[in-house]
Formats: sequence, C-alpha cells, structure tokens
Amino acid sequence: MSSLSVENLSVEVNGKRILDGVNLAIPKGEVHVLFGPNASGKTSLLMTILGFPNYKVVSGEIWFNGVNITNMSTDERVRLGIGVAFQNPPAIRGVKLADILHNFLKSESEAKKKEVELCETLNFTREFLSRDLNLCFSGGEVKRSELLQILAQKPSFVMLDEPDSGVDVENLGVIGKVIDDFLKERSGLLITHLGYILRYVKADKAHVLIEGKVACSGKPIKILDQILKEGYGWCEKCLKIERKC
Amino acid sequence: MPKDREEVLKAVDKPASLGPDLEIKDYIREAKALYPCPVSSLPKEIADQSLKVGIRADEKDRIGTYFQIDHSVVFQGFQKAFEGKIELMSTTEAIKKYDWLKDYWWRLIPANMDKYTALSELNWDHGYFIRVLENQKIMLPLQACLFISTNGLNQNVHNVVIIEPNSEAQIITGCTVHPNVQKGLHVGITEFYLKKGAKLTFTMIHNWAQNFDVRPRTAVLVEDDATFVNNYICLKPVKSLQTYPVAYCKGSNSKARFNSIIFGEGNSNIDLGAKIVLQGPKSKGEVITHAIASDSSQIYSRGLLIGEHSDSKAHLECRGLLVSDRAFIHAIPELIGKVSGTELSHEAAVGKIAEEQIRYLMARGFSEAEAKSLIVRGFMDVTIFGLPDALRDEMKRIVDETAKGVL
Repeated sequence: MSSLSVENLSVEVNGKRILDGVNLAIPKGEVHVLFGPNASGKTSLLMTILGFPNYKVVSGEIWFNGVNITNMSTDERVRLGIGVAFQNPPAIRGVKLADILHNFLKSESEAKKKEVELCETLNFTREFLSRDLNLCFSGGEVKRSELLQILAQKPSFVMLDEPDSGVDVENLGVIGKVIDDFLKERSGLLITHLGYILRYVKADKAHVLIEGKVACSGKPIKILDQILKEGYGWCEKCLKIERKC
Repeated sequence: MPKDREEVLKAVDKPASLGPDLEIKDYIREAKALYPCPVSSLPKEIADQSLKVGIRADEKDRIGTYFQIDHSVVFQGFQKAFEGKIELMSTTEAIKKYDWLKDYWWRLIPANMDKYTALSELNWDHGYFIRVLENQKIMLPLQACLFISTNGLNQNVHNVVIIEPNSEAQIITGCTVHPNVQKGLHVGITEFYLKKGAKLTFTMIHNWAQNFDVRPRTAVLVEDDATFVNNYICLKPVKSLQTYPVAYCKGSNSKARFNSIIFGEGNSNIDLGAKIVLQGPKSKGEVITHAIASDSSQIYSRGLLIGEHSDSKAHLECRGLLVSDRAFIHAIPELIGKVSGTELSHEAAVGKIAEEQIRYLMARGFSEAEAKSLIVRGFMDVTIFGLPDALRDEMKRIVDETAKGVL
C-alpha cells in the first residue's frame, strides 16, 4: 500500500489551475523528490496534500495510508501522521516555539528531557524555545526550527519544502543528517532546487513538475544531473511526448 | 495646589477632549465609611476580586499595601524592615504631614483640564502617596488597590509617587469593583516624579464592570538618567475608559516606556494611549499597545511622540486585532519633530487574525479554534512588559485566567 498517493489531482487557486491531473504514489518507507522550475506547482502540491482551503481540489483524490483524506481538515490530516517543514513559515508574535513542542510532547512521560534532547540534536539552546515563532529567525534557524517541530511530532509521512535553501554549509550538514536519520523508517516527499540535501538524504524516486503536470519520474540523481546540465527545457520536451527518464 | 479655585469651578462642566462625555450627576457620592482592617482579613469576595488585579491579600512577595474601598482607607502599611527607606500612606495624610507636597500637587496636570480633574479637586477621596527615599533599591513590589463596593459610586483619587535619586522600585496598582457593582465612575489622578537616576516599573491592572466609567489622568516627570516603565492591562468589559498619560522626559538620558495590553468586549468604549515628550539630551521613549477588539467594542489606540531635543529617539507600535465584524479599532499614531536630529518612528497595524498563521498552527495539529485562541493569547503576551521573572509569571497568570473566560 502507498503511504501517500495522489490520483488524477487537479487544483485551482483563485480560479487559476495550478495542478493538472497529477498522479503520484509514494510507497511506505520511500522518499521521493520533487523538482521543477519556480511556480510549477511543487509547494502547491504540498499545500494541497495538507488541506489548505485556498487550494481547491476540482478533481481527483488524495489517499494516506488507505484513508481518503481529500476532504479532511488540515489538523485531522496532521493527526493521521502527516508532517510538514515549511519553506517560509509565518512569524507569530507571542506564540512560542515551546508552545508547539509542549503540544506534541504532552503525552510523553519525560517531556522536559525529550525537549532538551531535541534541542541538542538541532543545536538549539533551551532559551531559543521562548522565542516568538519564526520572528527574526535567521535562515538556518527557520529550517532547524521547522525540523525541531517535526522531530517532536514524529509523523509517519513528512513533507519538506526546500529544507536546503538559504542555509549555510554547517547548518546544511546538521539539517541533512537529522532528516536522513528521521526518514529511515518513514516516508517523505521533499522539494529541492539544487539538490544539496540529496548529499545527505537517500531518495528513492524523483518527479519533475512542469506547469502543474508531472513531466517525468525516475532516478533522483540522474534527473538532477540532467536538470543541472540542461535546465528544465529538456523536461518540457518530456512533457510533450510523455517519455520516462 | 491649583492657583485659582475659580478656574477649577469654571471647568466643572468642561467636557474632556476625548472619550464620551459623562453626566457627573448620574453617579452617587455617598458611601458607607469602612473601618481599617488588616489586608488578610478582607472579606473573601473582595480578596478574590483584588487578586484578579494583582493585589495579594496575603501580601506574599509584596513589601507594602495601600487598600482603599470607596472613600475609606482600609489599610496602609509596609514591612518594618523598610522603615526609613519608603513611605506609604494616603495622600490625605501625606498632604497634612508634608508641607512640601503642595509643590508636587497638580504640578504636572492642570486641575482645570476637564470636568474630571475639576471633580477630583472638588471631591477628593484620598489616593496613595508612595515615596522611595534616596539610594534605595526595593526589589519586591509595593501594591495599591482602589476598590469600589458601592453600586453607582463616584470615586476620585489623587495619587502621588516620588522616587528619590538613585532609587528603584516596583509598584502594582489594581483597580476593580465588587461583583455586585455594575455602574460607577472612577477618576484617578496620578503624578509620578522620578528624580535623578531613579527607576520605577509601574504595573496597573484594571478590571471594571459592564456599565462602569473610568477616567484616569496621569503625568510623569523623568529627570536625568531616570527610567519609567508603565505596564497596563485591561481585559474586562467597561462602559467607557478614556486615558492619555503623558511622560515628560526632561532629564539627560531619561527614558519612558508605556506597554499596554487591551481586550475590548461587549460594548466597551476604550480610548487610551500614551504621550512622550522628549526634552532632554539622549532622552528615549517607547509606546507599545496590543489591542484586541471583540463583540461590539470600540478601541481608540493613541500615541503621540514629541521630539523637542536634537538628540532624542522614540518609537511607537500599535497592533490591533479585530475578532468581530461589529468591533472597531482606530489607531492614531502621531509624531511631532520640533527640532532636527530627533528620531521618531511608528508602526501601526490593524487586522483580523492572519489566515496564514491559523493554517500554520493547524499544520502543527491544533484545531482551527485552538489555533485562533493561541494567536489571540499570543497577542496578549506579557513579555513586552520587560518584568523580572516572578512578576512576569504573575502577570501571565492574570492574563491567562482572564483569557480563559473570554476565548
């Protein structure tokens, strides 16, 4: 059974079609990568899977662990085991990173100890937890903070939106290792432009999204190399002849 | 003392420039005289109401208390260890005791400013006098409670606070009513004098009633190297509250900060803000107001920064959150630069809860209602008050308790 599958999914935002007949299946235990030019629909796909209401599903379905989640609310989907690390999360004054962690860890017997461990994993001091969520965080802090919340949540399927963008070499090393460890027994879908994260995370399959459609799917490193060498023009040709790479 | 009683009498019907105009004759002046008693012996319903505004009847973590109910001073006292370091008594007693106090009386606020200041001069009902003597660092707070237990009463207090050179203190003032009180008028005149090197953190919590009117008039004089921090919380319904305190940063390196957290409910009409006049070299000011308007409440959030010295700086932040289509928030930030070199800035934003924030929190497993509640609670975060840990936790508890009933 697939962990997550998206069947013939077409989505509109403010009446504009942004995903068109997308088919994608991520088997349990696999990590898939999404490539594609800017505004091709990659983040939109993640937001649709999350159930954000401004992403209107006009046809198709989304299934998670055998459950049709197409019409579920975001928090219901999250409680089923879907997690997300956002690319540009909003700042929320007065709501602390600690509030999010406490919510995820409240049923754990040694929550405080767990909190300390998670902070150490991502090089955070405990004082950082009393910062307002995402307010004036550096690029590296944003990415690590997103991961901290994922580690506390422990979802069985995690979506990572450009975990490697805007991050320095050292932070990338920390983030890469954490993601790789976390994904070992889990399924995931990650978006990356230049593929730096793939130095740390072994991905099983890649898909290229062009203008809201899956142009092709195949081996991640091979597709990345092709994109880096020839850009997306090559993939656009694929879209026309629906050839596998 | 006001120079001319005639001038005060002329102001008896003079409406305030802001806020709904009130008919003073709609309130009663008579209240039963109450005997003094230890704070710990106060009736339970009075002690419980006072606790909600930060006043502890057990005086735990407090070094002194002033407690006034209606027109009676029920308690005034402080720990023996502080004799010779602080003074705390009613202003009625202080004015009799110290001839020099007349030089501080109505010095910063004109008694004929409006009908409420005139009322306070002509029908004055005590208030607190707090003085911290020179070179004293008082690390635990003093508390003052102004309580109304007679329905429909008009209570007019005139408070004076003097922090002598190089002294530090914290004061918590709680103003509230008995649960049986629905209507009344509280006028509070407060004059603060911070002398050279003085530091004062003044935290005021208001908890009135649906049909209650409040008109505080406050002014602060901040001298060389002195710092005044004013924190204000008002989270419960009120019929109308209008206040526009002013701080004169007269001294070199003088600083004033006003932080307010306001929750408008029911038909509350809340008109508040702060003015800071930067007069001294290196003077600094900051005004931060976070206001949430629900139901049919109306909130006017004002701020005025006046730069009168070329080396002065101030910032004003007003954030308003509308959680009801029938409420409104009018943010009015004003900057007046009178001399080049002064740096004044403001940011004001009014809006509803950002959808993006709700979605983000739902992606962290909170339901939509829980997400909205978290965001509104976050808006009322007392970290902006910059209080020491213990006091901050106490204020957080008060806000959380109040928010529980509201959200």
